[in-house]
This record gives sequence, C-alpha cells and structure tokens, in this order.
Amino acid sequence: MAAGAEERGHRDGVRATLPLSIAVLGFGVSFGVLARAAGMGSVAPIVMSGTTFAGSAQFAATSVLSAGGSVATAVVAAVLLNARYAAIGVSVAPYLTGPWWSRFLHAQLLVDESWAISAEGGGRYNPRVLLGAGLTLYAAWVGGTTLGVLFGNVIGDPNRLGLDAAFPALFLGLLVPQLTSTRSKQAAVLGAVIAIALTPIAPPGVPIIAAGAACLLGWRR
Amino acid sequence: MLIKSIGPIMLGGRALPPRVASLIGLLAPALLAALVAINTFGSGQSLVLDERVLGVAAAGIAIWRRAPILLVVVIAAGVTAGARALL
Repeated sequence: MAAGAEERGHRDGVRATLPLSIAVLGFGVSFGVLARAAGMGSVAPIVMSGTTFAGSAQFAATSVLSAGGSVATAVVAAVLLNARYAAIGVSVAPYLTGPWWSRFLHAQLLVDESWAISAEGGGRYNPRVLLGAGLTLYAAWVGGTTLGVLFGNVIGDPNRLGLDAAFPALFLGLLVPQLTSTRSKQAAVLGAVIAIALTPIAPPGVPIIAAGAACLLGWRR
Repeated sequence: MLIKSIGPIMLGGRALPPRVASLIGLLAPALLAALVAINTFGSGQSLVLDERVLGVAAAGIAIWRRAPILLVVVIAAGVTAGARALL
C-alpha cells in the first residue's frame, strides 16, 4: 500500500502529543506526590502507572484511598473508569494487524488521548499514530510519576499553569473533526449531556460509560 | 491490562459487521464530548464552574479559527492560568 500525503505515521503521533505530554508529565508528578501521601510508598505508584497507564482511574483510586476508602472500593472505581477501554479496545481492533503480542502492546498504549489522536474519522484508527502517541504519553506519565515520587514537594501545582484545561481543550479539538454527520453531532450532544447529568449522582467512571451508551443511536438502522 | 486487550487480541485485523461498525463509529463523538464535558466541569463527583471553562472557550475559538491543535492546547492552558492568576 503506497503511503499517500494523507497517511500519518509514528512521528505524527509523537508530534501531536508533545504539548499534551508536558501536561501529562505534570499530572504524573502530581499523581506520584498524591499516591505517596496516601501511603502507597515509592515503588507502588510507579508500578501502577506502568501497568495501568490510565490517569483518571489512578487518580480516582488514589483519592478513594486518601479519603479513607478501602482498597476494594478503590479498585472498583479504577475498574469502572477503565471499563470504557473495553469498548475503546474493540473500536480499534480492526485496525491492529500483526502478531498477538503487537496487538497487545498497541492496546496497552490506549488512553483517551492516544485513542482520540489515532482516530481518523468514520470509525477508522491509525495504529502507527497510536504507537507514536501512546509511547510518548506513556513515557511522560511514568516519568512524571517517578519524578513526583522522588521529588514530591519541589514541583508546583499543575493547575497553576492551567494544565488541567489542556485536556478538555485537546478532546474538543479532536471532537470537532468527528462531527461529520447529524448522527455524530447528536451522539456528541447526548454523550455530553449524559455525562454531565450523571457526574453528581453516579460513582466515578459511570458517566463516561453511560455516555458511550449514546452511541446506541447507531442501532436504529 | 486485560480490559484494553480484549478487542485487539480477539478481533485483530478483522472488521466488525457493518451494524456494529456504525455503532462503534458513534462511540468517538459521544465519548469525546463526554470527556470534554467532564474535564471542563467535573471535580471529583461534583460539577464545578471554574477557570477551565474560560480555557475551553478560548480553545473553541481557536479551533473555529483553524489553529493547529498544539496552539489550541497552549491557548487553553494559558487562558486558564491567566484567569487563575487574575481572579
């Protein structure tokens, strides 16, 4: 298959995520600090970031522990928040070819940001972009966690730099090109409304999954 | 690790039936919109109106003006940081 001007490769994935990776680094640091404060020690947060690679799930689990919740509750929160990755993994599956270990690796690099960046509209995904984006974010996340665990107090608050607004801004920038049909716009509105409506009343992670239910609009065909 | 692998391990390389594919095709806009909303207004389990919304609004304008995504993200962070410093 000849690579046309339109085809994106690994570097595009890396480039697309570089600004976000700085934000991710900052959050990795804050996760490392928070996890240590919650009594997770020095090694556990790094291992967690390395194997889970899912910021929202990790923060949720840690805040449950900080608030005095049980390990079981923290795990449930993390699993719920990660449940969407079952659907995300399925959505990317047709585009991941190659041996099982390669598919496994690509799947592990799936986070909201790398998934969204690798999307090419119409339900297609680019595995090379996923690899580039995912590895960059992974390095930033695990690296940030390590720094946070080691140097705790020195780094300032990522919110002071407005980094927490970087994520919704990125998701917005990735959402707009996806709005190619009336159906997709409806799904978007419904997804946002469901998520907002459920946030105050449902446990963390459920709003996102329910928003995914908005795609059931696709069934009426 | 298990959750992320289910799809690609079992279905790698093969396409889904068209009905399921069209369903999955709507997953992205729905989830992305939800992620925008939750990351703009969510704070733990509550909804909060804070400086992030200004950053996201600025991002919206930048996107409308066809700014590259790099710049959009930087603008959002900058506006939010600036608003926090001033307010």
